[in-house]
Amino acid sequence: MTQTLTRYERYEADFHALDTAGRPQWLQDLRQTAWTRFLDLGFPTARRGNEKWKYTNAAPIARMEFGHDGRSRPNGLSAETTDAAIPRHDAWSQLVFVDGVFAEALSSRPESTDEVRVSSLEEAVLSNSETVESHLARHTPFEDDGFAALNTAFLRDGAFVHVAAGADVETPIHLVFLSTGNAAPTVSYPRALIVAENGSRATVIESYAGLNGGRYFSNSVSEMVIGEGAEVEHYRLQEESEAAFHVGSARVVLGEGGAYSSGAFSRGAALGRYDLSVLLDGPGSACRLSGLYVTSGTQHLDNNINIEHAKPYTTSRLNYKGILDGRSRAVFGGTVLVRKEAQKTDASQSDKNLVLSPYAEVDSKPALFIYADDVKCGHGATAGNIDEETVFYMRSRGMDVDTASRLLIHGFASETVDTVREPNLRAYLESQFLDTLPGRRLEF
Amino acid sequence: MLLEIRDLHVSVGETDILKGLNLTVNPGEVHAIMGPNGSGKSTLANVIAGRPEFTVVRGEVSYQGRDLMALLPEERAREGVFMAFQYPAELAGVRTWQFLKASVDAVRKHRGMKELSIREFDRLLDEKRRMVRIDADMVKRSVNEGYSGGEKKRNEVLQMAMLDPTLAVLDETDSGLDIDALRIVADGVNSFRSPSKAIVMVTHYQRILGYVSPDRVHVLLDGRIVRSGGRELALELEEKGYDWVRAEAA
Ligand SMILES: Nc1ncnc2c1ncn2[C@@H]1O[C@H](COP(=O)(O)OP(=O)(O)OP(=O)(O)O)[C@@H](O)[C@H]1O
Ligand SMILES: [Mg+2]
Repeated sequence: MTQTLTRYERYEADFHALDTAGRPQWLQDLRQTAWTRFLDLGFPTARRGNEKWKYTNAAPIARMEFGHDGRSRPNGLSAETTDAAIPRHDAWSQLVFVDGVFAEALSSRPESTDEVRVSSLEEAVLSNSETVESHLARHTPFEDDGFAALNTAFLRDGAFVHVAAGADVETPIHLVFLSTGNAAPTVSYPRALIVAENGSRATVIESYAGLNGGRYFSNSVSEMVIGEGAEVEHYRLQEESEAAFHVGSARVVLGEGGAYSSGAFSRGAALGRYDLSVLLDGPGSACRLSGLYVTSGTQHLDNNINIEHAKPYTTSRLNYKGILDGRSRAVFGGTVLVRKEAQKTDASQSDKNLVLSPYAEVDSKPALFIYADDVKCGHGATAGNIDEETVFYMRSRGMDVDTASRLLIHGFASETVDTVREPNLRAYLESQFLDTLPGRRLEF
Repeated sequence: MLLEIRDLHVSVGETDILKGLNLTVNPGEVHAIMGPNGSGKSTLANVIAGRPEFTVVRGEVSYQGRDLMALLPEERAREGVFMAFQYPAELAGVRTWQFLKASVDAVRKHRGMKELSIREFDRLLDEKRRMVRIDADMVKRSVNEGYSGGEKKRNEVLQMAMLDPTLAVLDETDSGLDIDALRIVADGVNSFRSPSKAIVMVTHYQRILGYVSPDRVHVLLDGRIVRSGGRELALELEEKGYDWVRAEAA
């Protein structure tokens, strides 16, 4: 116990130092509850027989001391510096957060209208938004998740998007979470709350990136509430610095006939983890989850996806792909849970991996738990290197091994990029993300 | 002489497949190779194209007077050797036009020609794909993925037309085609014919030979060419099967 206290000393000091004067009591209580919970849970360890963290060791994060300064402001940062790290398009609404704190000067947010409100969480909380109070931290249970508990304990700022019933917001809303990554390791707690009321439509893009090469820890939580018949397209780019730690989660809840589509692209961080949980809580609701993770060197990226079919006639489609090189490791885990009352569930999962190096390794171990009897569920996972037969076909057309492998790796990844509907983001992914894919050193 | 194969012995692992094969092909000629399943026809085609898993145990293959076996598969392609695959691979996510552009660029670069601009390439592709009746949408799809059997074969002919080889080895490019497609493929092959180029056509059916008339017809049996003749040999085989050839060869 003493040891635990010592280990979290820095977090404790920063927690108490966080200036939350003027914040409503409910938020203060929430933070205190979350802090207490974090102290009980600590960071996850594989030792506890914890399925969710079986293949990812969080010890490097637990061992390191990260400082947190909730007041930090993006002094001296210009749009040029930040733009280099992230996709951007003039047409998008953009909220930029630096080390978790809203940076007004770097943002270009739309005027709040009856249709949509895009603001910082801090503003929304201070203006006593009822929507915020009724949803914030209500969808991300931190009882069994130390990282979510820690994020909630430090809840102070973040992004808030509220789409009114029936509104069709065509302009994508880009939430940018930048970490400065200074000399001394720091931690930030990006947070987002997105509420799409009944019958509304919106596109939300989240980008996570580092501005300097330093070691930092980004611990994020996003909550998304999708009302009846509402549709949300959600893209997430994890492009943290090479030395960074990134642990993020998103919790999505759908009402009747709601639709959620997600495209998660990860290639950054030394150690990265993304938990995506989707609760299909209304009959006929559907989700389509695509993802691409690219690892090299000694990187470790973990995608943990939990889909809960709670109501009948719900559909889930999961298609993830991984490209692994070097001595890197990727984990693809999680569960599909079909509750007893979720008859006529239609769920499919696929995780395909291109393992380019004999030293790279992928653990693809998703699990199905089905308690309803009238369902259609399928899942498959593959891992393999580039097919030599295919390479020969291409060589016989004059391409060298290098060109052939590059085309094949690019092709493998572009199948995921092609699912991105927002054209400006797709263009970014095609020109930036795909261009940094590893090649292959084949031996024939 | 464009291609000369002498006493070729080829094995895969421990299995001998070609056992002393001889074949001479001159510029301007069309050769048909027929033979029962498993006799080694595709092996021969693949050895010419340079498939890595086949081992040449003995014998020589010279192409334009050079040792073909000393070249990598991609070098052979750039030097003008082309094989249409019996079972073409499917390339997930690699679009046909992109694949063709990379191929044409590689071959042109080797031949000291400058890279085609997108516009020049498109013009060439439009012309060639019309010839084999492949529509514009199809070249935007992934190579051979979801293509029907016949579409895959036409796509092989398209690749041949784009790369403009000197020696084309077509491995059952006429199999699985409907009557119209057979014509299209035959027309494609015929328009490729020229006094400086040669074609080796592996086929099971004499039908294609009615469209593309061969100078020589060979029977490949158990790893060797055991009989050669003119077009009439194909008709005889169609009528009588392979048993008599086998009996005479024994
Ligand atoms: N990679 C391999 N490993 C083992 N045996 C092989 C391999 N490739 C070919 N063979 C064998 O070599 C023999 C010749 O095969 P090949 O494909 O050349 O026949 P083919 O004449 O083209 O037949 P078909 O008319 O059916 O296309 C067959 O018995 C085949 O099983
Ligand atoms: Mg064959």
